[in-house]
Amino acid sequence: MDTTNIHIVEEPEKQLAMHPRKFSMWLFIVTVVMIFAALTSAYIVRQAEGNWREYELPLSLWINSGIIILSSATMHWAYLSAKKDNLEMVKVAISSTTFLGVLFLIGQMWAWNVLVSNEVYFTGGNPSESFLYVLTGLHGAHLVSAIIYLFIVLFATFRYQVHSKNLAKIEMCATYWHFLDILWLYLFIFLLLNH
Amino acid sequence: MATVDIHLNEETAHHGDGHHEHEHHETNFWTHYIFTIDHKMIGKQFLITGIFWALIGGTLSILFRLQLGFPDMDMSWLKPILGKWIEIDTATGFGTLDPEFYLALVTMHGTIMVFFVLTAGLSGTFSNYLIPLQIGARDMASGFMNMLSYWFFFLSSAVMFVSLFIETGPASGGWVIYPPLSALPKAVNGSGLGMTLWLVSMVFFIVSSLLGSINYISTVINLRTKGMSFSKLPLTIWAFFLTAVIGVLSFPVLFAAALLLVFDRSFGTSFYLSEIYIDGEALPNQGGSPILFQHLFWFLGHPEVYIVLLPALGITSEIIATNSRKPIFGYRAMIGSMLGITILSFVVWAHHMFVTGMNPFLGSVFMLLTLIIAVPSAVKVFNYLTTLWRGNLVFTPAMLFSIGLVSFFISGGLTGLFLGNSAIDIQLHDTYFVVAHFHLVMGSASFFGLMAGVYHWFPKMFGRMMDAKLGYIHFWLTFVGVYMVFFPMHYIGIAGYPRRYYSFTNFDTFNSFADLNMFVSIAAICTMTAQFIFLYNFFYSMYRGKKAPLNPWKSNTLEWTTPREPGHGNWPGEIPTVYRWPYDYSKPGADVDFIPQHIPYSETPESNLPYENELIKLEAEDKEVKVADGSKH
Ligand code: HEM
Ligand SMILES: [Cu+2]
Repeated sequence: MDTTNIHIVEEPEKQLAMHPRKFSMWLFIVTVVMIFAALTSAYIVRQAEGNWREYELPLSLWINSGIIILSSATMHWAYLSAKKDNLEMVKVAISSTTFLGVLFLIGQMWAWNVLVSNEVYFTGGNPSESFLYVLTGLHGAHLVSAIIYLFIVLFATFRYQVHSKNLAKIEMCATYWHFLDILWLYLFIFLLLNH
Repeated sequence: MATVDIHLNEETAHHGDGHHEHEHHETNFWTHYIFTIDHKMIGKQFLITGIFWALIGGTLSILFRLQLGFPDMDMSWLKPILGKWIEIDTATGFGTLDPEFYLALVTMHGTIMVFFVLTAGLSGTFSNYLIPLQIGARDMASGFMNMLSYWFFFLSSAVMFVSLFIETGPASGGWVIYPPLSALPKAVNGSGLGMTLWLVSMVFFIVSSLLGSINYISTVINLRTKGMSFSKLPLTIWAFFLTAVIGVLSFPVLFAAALLLVFDRSFGTSFYLSEIYIDGEALPNQGGSPILFQHLFWFLGHPEVYIVLLPALGITSEIIATNSRKPIFGYRAMIGSMLGITILSFVVWAHHMFVTGMNPFLGSVFMLLTLIIAVPSAVKVFNYLTTLWRGNLVFTPAMLFSIGLVSFFISGGLTGLFLGNSAIDIQLHDTYFVVAHFHLVMGSASFFGLMAGVYHWFPKMFGRMMDAKLGYIHFWLTFVGVYMVFFPMHYIGIAGYPRRYYSFTNFDTFNSFADLNMFVSIAAICTMTAQFIFLYNFFYSMYRGKKAPLNPWKSNTLEWTTPREPGHGNWPGEIPTVYRWPYDYSKPGADVDFIPQHIPYSETPESNLPYENELIKLEAEDKEVKVADGSKH
C-alpha cells in the first residue's frame, strides 16, 4: 500500500498490502472458477455414466485460442504502456484488445455454426452436445462483461484517469482479461481431452 | 452471471480509488433508510426482511402441521385465506387441503427458512452489522456492493413472494428441487411457473449472497484496525469470515446446477432427464442423469447448512464468554475447529445420497468423512461447556438463547452420527428422523443464535434495551416448545414415517402415532404463538425501550466503544487501536472483571502477565512512531 496517500494518521492500519477492490476482484474470479469447476466435474461425472455421444470439435477453436492468447498480449501491452504513461499507446492497445475479444466471440459463434452443420445441437440431443454449448456460452458471456470493462477503461484513459499513478483500474481489467484467457485455454484443453 | 460482472465493473469505475466515500455522504430519507450504503442500516434491512420471512415461513409450517396433526379436520374456515387450495365438498361443505398445495407448503417453508431467514436474515444481519464494528472499520470494503447485495436479496424476495400467489401454485418439489419432478410441469403443477420463479429468485439470491460474501472477506482481511491481528479477532468475526469463504466457494456451484436445470426445463436439453414416461407417454429427453443434479445440489447443500450454523456458533461464543465473565475456553481450538468444519464441509455432501444406489465403497468413504466432522463439532461443544463451567453466569435473554443453542447442537448433532452411517441411513433416510435431526441441529440452533444475537446487540442497533422479562418468557416457551415439536419426530421417524407425505391415515401401522402427531402440531402452534411476544418486544423496545447504556453487557469488543447511536463512520473521532484479545474477562489482579480490547497493557499493570509487560515496550514504540507521523502531516 502506498502510504503517502493516507490523510488520517490514526488509520495506517491496512495491515495487508492489498487494494480492497483488487482483492474483491480476485474473490469474484474465485466464484467464476467454482462455476466452471462445477460444470466440468459435472461433465466428467456424466461422461463416466456412459451413453455419451462423441463428435469432432470444430477446427476453428484452435484459431480462436490463438486470437485470445494474442489479446492477452495486447492487454499486457496496454498495461505496460499505462505504466510508462504512454496514453496514446494505451488507447491503441486497449482498442486492439477489444477488437480481438470481439473477433474471438465471432469465432466462437462460427464454431457453433460449424457444430450445427455437423448436427451437434444445444437442445434435443445427448448431454455431451449440450455441455459444449453451455461451457462456451457461459465463457462467452463472461467475455462480454470483460469487453464492457475494457470500454470503461478506455473511457477512463480518454479522461486521463489511467496513468502510472492510477493503475488499479487497468490492472484489474488486465487480471480479469488474462483470467478469461486462461479459463478458455483450460476449457479447450479439457474438451480436447474429454470430448 | 454477466450481470454480476457488469455491476462489479461499474462499481470500480464509479469509485475509482477514492478512500473515504462515506464522508461525502449526505443523508435524507432515501439515502438513510432505503438506498443506504451504511453497513449498520443494511444489517437492519436484512434483519427486518428476515423477520418478515420468518413469519411467512412459520405460518406455512402451521398450515401443514394442521393437516398432519388433524387429518380429519374441516379446513373450510381457511378458505378465505387459501382460496382454491381448500377444496370444499359441495354436499357436506367439508373442506380439505389440496394435496399438491401441501407439497408446495413444505417446499416453500424449507426454502424460506434455509435461505431467506437463516442465510440472509442471520449472516446478512450480523455479518453486515458486526464486521466493521468489531474489527474497527468505518464501513465495509465497498458500501455500494453492500447496498447491491441487499437489493438483490430484496428482488429475490419479491419474486419468491409473488410465486406464492400464482395460479398454478409455488414450487412444490421440495427445497432440494430434485429433477425430474422439478423439471416437468406435467408431473406436478408447482413445477410450472412456480418453479421458474423459484429459480429466478434463487439466481438473484446467489448474486446477493456472493456480493455480500466477497465484501465480508475483503473487509475482514483488509480493513482491520491497528493491532487487530487475526489472533485477536473476536470469534464472531472468525465465524462470519469462514461463512463467507464457504459461501464464495459453494454458491457458484448451486448456480451451475440451477443453470443446467433451467436449460432442461425451458430449452429442451437433457442434463438431468432420461427415459421418462408421463401418463404412458414417453418424453423425448435421453441421456440425462438426475443423480448429477443431486451431486451438484448437495455440493452446495451441505456447506449451506454450515453457512447457516457457523454465524450462530460465532455469536454464541461471544455471548457465552461475555455472560460467563470468563475467557472463552480454547480460543485457538475454536478457530481450529471452525477451520476444520469449513474444509470438511466440502467433502461430505454424498451423505445425503447414500440410498441413490451409489457405489458402496464410495458410500463408506463419505461415511468416514462425515463422522470425522463430528470431531470439530464436539470440540466446540466441549469448549462452550467448559466456558460455562464455574463461570459467573449472567442469565440475560441472549445468554439463555445461546445455552439453548448449545443444547440443540448436542441433541441434533448426536442424531447426525446415526444418519452418517450409510447402513443405518437405509432405514432412516427420508423419514421424520432426518426432519428431527436437521430441525434441531440447524433450524432451531441457528434460530436461537439469531435470537441471541438480536437480544444481545439490540442496544447497539437501536440504542434501547429490550425488555428482559418478556425475553425470558419468550425463551422458555420457545425452548420447551422446540423440544416438544421435534423430539417426538425421532420416534415417528424410526417407526418409518416418510417425510413429505400428505396424510398417513391410509396406513394401519401408523395409526398408533396419530396422537403423537396431534401433540406435535399443538406444540408447534404454541411455539409459533410465543414468537409474537418477541415481535411485540422488538418493535415496542425500538421506540419505547429503556435507553441503553454504552456497554450494557460489560463486553470487551470494539462495538461498545462507539457512541450510543453511532453515525455513519462508526466512531466520531479516531478508530480505537487494539492491544489485546477480546476475552480478558475476570483477569486475576484486575479491579474490574472485564478489560476491553482497546485498553493498552500499560494501563493495567496490576493484571498483566510477564510476557504482556514485555509488550508494553512495543506499545510505547508504536506511540512514538504515531506522534512522529502526526507531526509530518
Ligand atoms: C455430527 C455431525 C453431523 C452428521 C454426522 C450429520 C449427518 C447427516 C446425514 C447423514 C444426513 C442425511 C440423512 C438422510 O437424508 O438420510 C443429514 C441430513 C441433514 N443434516 Fe446433518 N449431520 C451433522 C450435523 C449437521 C449440522 C451441524 C447441520 C446444520 C447446521 C445439519 C443439517 C442437516 C440437514 C439440513 C439435513 C437434511 C437435508 C434434507 O434432506 O432436507 N447436520 N445429516
Ligand atoms: Cu449434510
